[in-house]
Amino acid sequence: MHSFVYRANALLTFAVTILAFMCAMASLSDSFNSPTPSAQVQVLNINWFQKQPNGNDEISMTLNISADLQTLFTWNTKQVFVFLAAEYETPKNSLNQISLWDGIIPSKEHAKFLIHTSNKYRFIDQGSNLRGKEFNLTLHWHVMPKTGKMFADKIVLPGYRLPGEYR
Amino acid sequence: MDWEGQKLAEQLMQIMLLAFAVIAFSAGYFTASFQTMILTYAGGVVLTTLVTLPNWPFFNRHPLKWLDPSEAEKHPKPQPSVNVTTKKKSIKK
Repeated sequence: MHSFVYRANALLTFAVTILAFMCAMASLSDSFNSPTPSAQVQVLNINWFQKQPNGNDEISMTLNISADLQTLFTWNTKQVFVFLAAEYETPKNSLNQISLWDGIIPSKEHAKFLIHTSNKYRFIDQGSNLRGKEFNLTLHWHVMPKTGKMFADKIVLPGYRLPGEYR
Repeated sequence: MDWEGQKLAEQLMQIMLLAFAVIAFSAGYFTASFQTMILTYAGGVVLTTLVTLPNWPFFNRHPLKWLDPSEAEKHPKPQPSVNVTTKKKSIKK
Protein backbone atom coordinates (compact mmCIF):
# COMPACT_ATOMS: atom_id res chain seq x y z
CA MET A 1 0.00 0.00 0.00
CA HIS A 2 1.02 3.60 -0.64
CA SER A 3 3.73 2.59 -3.04
CA PHE A 4 5.16 4.81 -5.78
CA VAL A 5 2.55 3.61 -8.27
CA TYR A 6 -0.29 4.14 -5.82
CA ARG A 7 0.79 7.75 -5.25
CA ALA A 8 1.18 8.31 -9.00
CA ASN A 9 -2.34 7.01 -9.59
CA ALA A 10 -3.85 9.23 -6.87
CA LEU A 11 -2.02 12.31 -8.13
CA LEU A 12 -3.01 11.77 -11.77
CA THR A 13 -6.66 11.14 -10.92
CA PHE A 14 -6.91 14.22 -8.72
CA ALA A 15 -5.03 16.40 -11.25
CA VAL A 16 -7.34 15.41 -14.11
CA THR A 17 -10.45 15.90 -11.97
CA ILE A 18 -9.34 19.43 -11.13
CA LEU A 19 -8.53 20.07 -14.80
CA ALA A 20 -12.07 19.06 -15.76
CA PHE A 21 -13.42 21.43 -13.11
CA MET A 22 -11.21 24.27 -14.43
CA CYS A 23 -12.53 23.68 -17.95
CA ALA A 24 -16.10 23.81 -16.64
CA MET A 25 -15.32 27.12 -14.92
CA ALA A 26 -13.79 28.48 -18.13
CA SER A 27 -16.95 27.58 -20.02
CA LEU A 28 -19.05 29.18 -17.28
CA SER A 29 -17.04 32.41 -17.51
CA ASP A 30 -18.17 32.72 -21.13
CA SER A 31 -21.74 33.42 -20.06
CA PHE A 32 -20.62 36.63 -18.32
CA ASN A 33 -19.64 37.99 -21.74
CA SER A 34 -22.41 40.07 -23.33
CA PRO A 35 -21.45 40.58 -26.98
CA THR A 36 -22.52 43.58 -29.06
CA PRO A 37 -21.86 42.51 -32.65
CA SER A 38 -22.89 44.57 -35.66
CA ALA A 39 -23.30 43.79 -39.35
CA GLN A 40 -24.20 45.56 -42.58
CA VAL A 41 -24.77 43.99 -45.99
CA GLN A 42 -25.24 45.85 -49.25
CA VAL A 43 -26.44 44.22 -52.46
CA LEU A 44 -24.23 46.07 -54.93
CA ASN A 45 -25.39 44.46 -58.13
CA ILE A 46 -27.65 41.74 -59.51
CA ASN A 47 -25.23 40.06 -61.95
CA TRP A 48 -27.82 37.92 -63.63
CA PHE A 49 -31.26 36.47 -62.88
CA GLN A 50 -32.71 33.64 -64.88
CA LYS A 51 -35.00 30.65 -64.93
CA GLN A 52 -33.24 27.31 -65.29
CA PRO A 53 -34.61 24.81 -67.89
CA ASN A 54 -36.05 22.74 -65.02
CA GLY A 55 -38.09 25.71 -63.81
CA ASN A 56 -36.01 26.83 -60.81
CA ASP A 57 -35.04 30.48 -60.42
CA GLU A 58 -31.37 31.23 -60.00
CA ILE A 59 -29.78 34.57 -59.22
CA SER A 60 -26.23 35.82 -58.92
CA MET A 61 -25.45 38.95 -56.95
CA THR A 62 -22.50 40.96 -55.70
CA LEU A 63 -22.45 41.65 -51.98
CA ASN A 64 -20.61 43.94 -49.62
CA ILE A 65 -20.50 42.31 -46.20
CA SER A 66 -19.08 44.24 -43.27
CA ALA A 67 -19.28 43.08 -39.70
CA ASP A 68 -17.68 43.65 -36.33
CA LEU A 69 -17.76 40.43 -34.33
CA GLN A 70 -14.86 41.24 -31.99
CA THR A 71 -16.99 41.19 -28.86
CA LEU A 72 -17.88 37.53 -29.49
CA PHE A 73 -14.33 36.53 -28.66
CA THR A 74 -13.39 35.65 -25.08
CA TRP A 75 -10.34 33.90 -23.66
CA ASN A 76 -12.16 30.59 -24.19
CA THR A 77 -13.00 31.10 -27.89
CA LYS A 78 -11.33 28.88 -30.46
CA GLN A 79 -12.99 30.25 -33.59
CA VAL A 80 -16.23 31.69 -34.90
CA PHE A 81 -18.09 30.32 -37.90
CA VAL A 82 -20.23 32.87 -39.74
CA PHE A 83 -22.57 32.47 -42.66
CA LEU A 84 -24.87 34.81 -44.52
CA ALA A 85 -28.24 33.35 -45.47
CA ALA A 86 -31.01 34.69 -47.66
CA GLU A 87 -34.33 34.00 -45.95
CA TYR A 88 -37.73 34.37 -47.58
CA GLU A 89 -41.22 32.99 -47.53
CA THR A 90 -42.95 31.09 -50.32
CA PRO A 91 -46.52 29.74 -50.51
CA LYS A 92 -45.19 26.22 -49.95
CA ASN A 93 -42.63 26.89 -47.20
CA SER A 94 -42.86 29.54 -44.51
CA LEU A 95 -39.05 29.76 -44.25
CA ASN A 96 -36.50 29.18 -46.98
CA GLN A 97 -32.86 29.59 -46.05
CA ILE A 98 -30.11 29.72 -48.65
CA SER A 99 -26.52 30.11 -47.58
CA LEU A 100 -24.80 32.67 -49.82
CA TRP A 101 -21.45 33.07 -48.12
CA ASP A 102 -19.62 31.63 -45.12
CA GLY A 103 -16.30 31.97 -43.38
CA ILE A 104 -14.27 30.93 -40.36
CA ILE A 105 -12.85 33.66 -38.15
CA PRO A 106 -9.78 32.26 -36.37
CA SER A 107 -9.05 35.15 -34.01
CA LYS A 108 -10.24 38.45 -32.62
CA GLU A 109 -7.89 40.37 -34.95
CA HIS A 110 -9.82 39.02 -37.95
CA ALA A 111 -13.25 39.59 -36.46
CA LYS A 112 -13.73 43.06 -37.96
CA PHE A 113 -13.94 42.61 -41.70
CA LEU A 114 -15.30 43.98 -44.95
CA ILE A 115 -15.76 41.53 -47.80
CA HIS A 116 -16.65 42.32 -51.36
CA THR A 117 -17.83 39.13 -53.04
CA SER A 118 -20.34 37.54 -55.34
CA ASN A 119 -22.39 34.81 -53.69
CA LYS A 120 -20.10 31.89 -52.82
CA TYR A 121 -22.88 29.30 -53.03
CA ARG A 122 -25.56 29.29 -55.71
CA PHE A 123 -28.79 31.12 -54.93
CA ILE A 124 -31.41 28.77 -56.40
CA ASP A 125 -35.06 28.64 -55.39
CA GLN A 126 -36.90 25.32 -55.49
CA GLY A 127 -39.52 26.68 -57.83
CA SER A 128 -40.10 29.98 -59.53
CA ASN A 129 -40.76 32.33 -56.64
CA LEU A 130 -37.90 34.78 -56.76
CA ARG A 131 -39.25 37.53 -59.05
CA GLY A 132 -39.94 40.64 -56.98
CA LYS A 133 -39.46 38.64 -53.78
CA GLU A 134 -38.77 40.45 -50.53
CA PHE A 135 -36.10 38.73 -48.48
CA ASN A 136 -33.96 39.07 -45.38
CA LEU A 137 -30.22 38.69 -45.30
CA THR A 138 -29.33 37.08 -41.99
CA LEU A 139 -25.84 36.80 -40.58
CA HIS A 140 -25.67 33.67 -38.43
CA TRP A 141 -22.72 32.77 -36.26
CA HIS A 142 -21.60 29.87 -34.11
CA VAL A 143 -19.02 30.58 -31.41
CA MET A 144 -16.82 27.51 -30.93
CA PRO A 145 -15.14 27.50 -27.52
CA LYS A 146 -11.88 25.85 -26.56
CA THR A 147 -13.85 23.97 -23.94
CA GLY A 148 -17.51 23.81 -22.99
CA LYS A 149 -20.71 25.21 -24.37
CA MET A 150 -21.17 26.40 -27.95
CA PHE A 151 -23.11 29.61 -28.60
CA ALA A 152 -25.09 30.55 -31.70
CA ASP A 153 -26.92 33.74 -32.61
CA LYS A 154 -27.81 35.89 -35.63
CA ILE A 155 -28.49 39.37 -36.91
CA VAL A 156 -31.47 39.74 -39.23
CA LEU A 157 -31.18 42.46 -41.89
CA PRO A 158 -34.63 42.91 -43.43
CA GLY A 159 -35.90 44.85 -46.41
CA TYR A 160 -34.17 43.55 -49.53
CA ARG A 161 -36.08 42.98 -52.77
CA LEU A 162 -35.20 40.98 -55.87
CA PRO A 163 -35.86 42.46 -59.36
CA GLY A 164 -39.23 41.79 -60.92
CA GLU A 165 -37.90 40.59 -64.27
CA TYR A 166 -35.27 38.10 -65.43
CA ARG A 167 -32.11 39.63 -66.86
CA MET B 1 7.72 5.97 3.64
CA ASP B 2 6.28 5.83 7.18
CA TRP B 3 2.69 6.48 8.31
CA GLU B 4 3.23 10.17 9.03
CA GLY B 5 5.01 10.50 5.67
CA GLN B 6 2.06 8.97 3.82
CA LYS B 7 -0.32 11.43 5.46
CA LEU B 8 2.01 14.32 4.62
CA ALA B 9 2.40 13.18 0.99
CA GLU B 10 -1.37 12.89 0.55
CA GLN B 11 -2.07 16.33 2.04
CA LEU B 12 0.78 17.99 0.15
CA MET B 13 -0.52 16.53 -3.13
CA GLN B 14 -4.08 17.79 -2.59
CA ILE B 15 -3.14 21.24 -1.32
CA MET B 16 -0.52 21.86 -4.02
CA LEU B 17 -2.81 20.77 -6.87
CA LEU B 18 -5.69 22.92 -5.61
CA ALA B 19 -3.40 25.93 -5.11
CA PHE B 20 -1.96 25.59 -8.59
CA ALA B 21 -5.46 25.23 -10.06
CA VAL B 22 -6.51 28.53 -8.46
CA ILE B 23 -3.30 30.27 -9.58
CA ALA B 24 -3.54 28.88 -13.12
CA PHE B 25 -7.20 29.80 -13.54
CA SER B 26 -6.72 33.38 -12.37
CA ALA B 27 -3.57 33.77 -14.45
CA GLY B 28 -5.39 32.50 -17.54
CA TYR B 29 -8.51 34.56 -16.91
CA PHE B 30 -6.74 37.84 -16.29
CA THR B 31 -4.25 37.51 -19.15
CA ALA B 32 -7.16 36.28 -21.33
CA SER B 33 -5.12 33.32 -22.44
CA PHE B 34 -6.29 29.73 -22.20
CA GLN B 35 -2.78 28.54 -23.00
CA THR B 36 -1.35 30.34 -19.97
CA MET B 37 -3.82 28.50 -17.75
CA ILE B 38 -2.96 25.08 -19.19
CA LEU B 39 0.81 25.67 -19.06
CA THR B 40 0.74 27.03 -15.50
CA TYR B 41 -1.33 24.09 -14.34
CA ALA B 42 0.87 21.58 -16.18
CA GLY B 43 3.91 23.09 -14.47
CA GLY B 44 2.14 22.79 -11.12
CA VAL B 45 1.30 19.13 -11.72
CA VAL B 46 4.93 18.37 -12.63
CA LEU B 47 6.19 20.15 -9.51
CA THR B 48 3.67 18.32 -7.31
CA THR B 49 4.79 15.04 -8.88
CA LEU B 50 8.41 15.78 -8.04
CA VAL B 51 7.55 16.68 -4.45
CA THR B 52 5.14 13.88 -3.56
CA LEU B 53 6.02 10.84 -5.70
CA PRO B 54 9.64 9.96 -4.78
CA ASN B 55 10.34 8.59 -1.31
CA TRP B 56 12.12 11.69 0.01
CA PRO B 57 13.92 11.57 3.40
CA PHE B 58 11.43 14.00 4.97
CA PHE B 59 8.69 11.37 4.52
CA ASN B 60 10.69 9.02 6.80
CA ARG B 61 11.15 11.04 9.98
CA HIS B 62 8.80 8.91 12.14
CA PRO B 63 10.06 5.31 11.81
CA LEU B 64 7.99 2.55 13.39
CA LYS B 65 9.37 1.21 16.70
CA TRP B 66 9.17 -2.57 16.67
CA LEU B 67 9.44 -4.67 19.83
CA ASP B 68 12.84 -6.11 20.73
CA PRO B 69 13.36 -9.72 19.61
CA SER B 70 14.15 -10.68 23.27
CA GLU B 71 10.79 -9.26 24.34
CA ALA B 72 9.02 -11.40 21.75
CA GLU B 73 10.71 -14.56 23.01
CA LYS B 74 9.24 -14.03 26.51
CA HIS B 75 5.73 -14.26 25.06
CA PRO B 76 5.83 -17.16 22.62
CA LYS B 77 3.03 -17.80 20.15
CA PRO B 78 0.50 -20.31 21.53
CA GLN B 79 1.02 -23.68 19.84
CA PRO B 80 -1.94 -25.99 19.10
CA SER B 81 -1.82 -28.87 21.59
CA VAL B 82 -1.60 -32.46 20.34
CA ASN B 83 -4.51 -33.64 22.51
CA VAL B 84 -7.05 -31.28 20.92
CA THR B 85 -6.33 -32.48 17.41
CA THR B 86 -6.66 -36.17 18.30
CA LYS B 87 -9.95 -35.54 20.10
CA LYS B 88 -11.41 -33.81 17.06
CA LYS B 89 -10.45 -36.70 14.82
CA SER B 90 -12.10 -39.20 17.13
CA ILE B 91 -15.35 -37.22 17.14
CA LYS B 92 -15.52 -37.21 13.38
CA LYS B 93 -15.22 -40.98 13.31
